[in-house]
Amino acid sequence: MRPEPRLIAVRKNVLKQNDVVARSLRDRFRAAGVFVVSLVSSPGSGKTAFLEKTLTLLRPNYRVAALVGDLATENDARRLARSEAPVKQITTGTLCHLEAVMVQSALEGWDLNELDFLFIENVGNLVCPSSYDLGEDLRLVLISVTEGEDKPLKYPTIFNSADVAVVTKIDLAAAVEFSWDTAYNNIQAVRPGMPVLKLSAKTGEGVAEYLRFLAARLIELRQAAAV
Amino acid sequence: MSIVELAEEEAERRGVQIDAVHLKLGALSGVVKDALLSCYEMACENTPLQGSRLVVEEVPVVIFCPSCRAQRPLSSIQLFCCPECGTPCSEIVHGKELEVVALEIQECAPNPV
Repeated sequence: MRPEPRLIAVRKNVLKQNDVVARSLRDRFRAAGVFVVSLVSSPGSGKTAFLEKTLTLLRPNYRVAALVGDLATENDARRLARSEAPVKQITTGTLCHLEAVMVQSALEGWDLNELDFLFIENVGNLVCPSSYDLGEDLRLVLISVTEGEDKPLKYPTIFNSADVAVVTKIDLAAAVEFSWDTAYNNIQAVRPGMPVLKLSAKTGEGVAEYLRFLAARLIELRQAAAV
Repeated sequence: MSIVELAEEEAERRGVQIDAVHLKLGALSGVVKDALLSCYEMACENTPLQGSRLVVEEVPVVIFCPSCRAQRPLSSIQLFCCPECGTPCSEIVHGKELEVVALEIQECAPNPV
């Protein structure tokens, strides 16, 4: 009696569990009419400053809230709380990215119907977050001028998982000899057709255009839901 | 971890012993083959999959070129352009896979009568 190896076909997505939760989150977001934006970038690209500016400027006209992922500290939530928008910290421990189930539990106790925009700030990392759907409507990938123009070429996967690229800290562009054309071309090389915004959360340059972009997307979402 | 759990579940459901797990891994999956292989052994420890192999089939990125109206393999994930005509292509056909495609099992041949 000799054991014979045999292959059985399975075809199962390894991250199916995350995808299932992400799908149910997306359904909940859709039903509540809240537009969900997630932010991914490397550490130090200015996600929190960008988000603080976003929350502060949107708050007079929209109902906004944010979830922020971080490995160990609650510093980001404290900073964002200055905008007076509801903010909850997700402390991931040693995990380098957010997963849909973390978003799901962080949302407990929040009424999504009371929101127009929900922002989810991922852990600063350009690798792992690309594999995890969080149920968001729009994924922004941030790249600051101080990081250099070749970030898209080094991390094509995350750029391919995102919808819009935002170049931040443009007030420092001249000091670091940042080439907008090179950065733009690199983004287009790894993700043809990707919209690219540029702004400075510090000086406010380019922020109005970005807010108009978000407002337009919220209107689109609500109109699609009304049809 | 999910891979081991998934395979374990299948093994239990079918009542078989697993020798190897066959995985398709896309170049855009965000997962690196070597890292996966080195974790696999650890993840299998003290599970029914201990001692099993992970067989990884790497899947290159294939895009759909709207000009050629055809699927084309990408020569580099740094340049999403058709390798034939140079048109920028954003429609990804393959390359995001991260899936268990097959399980290699040991089956005992029936006893000769």
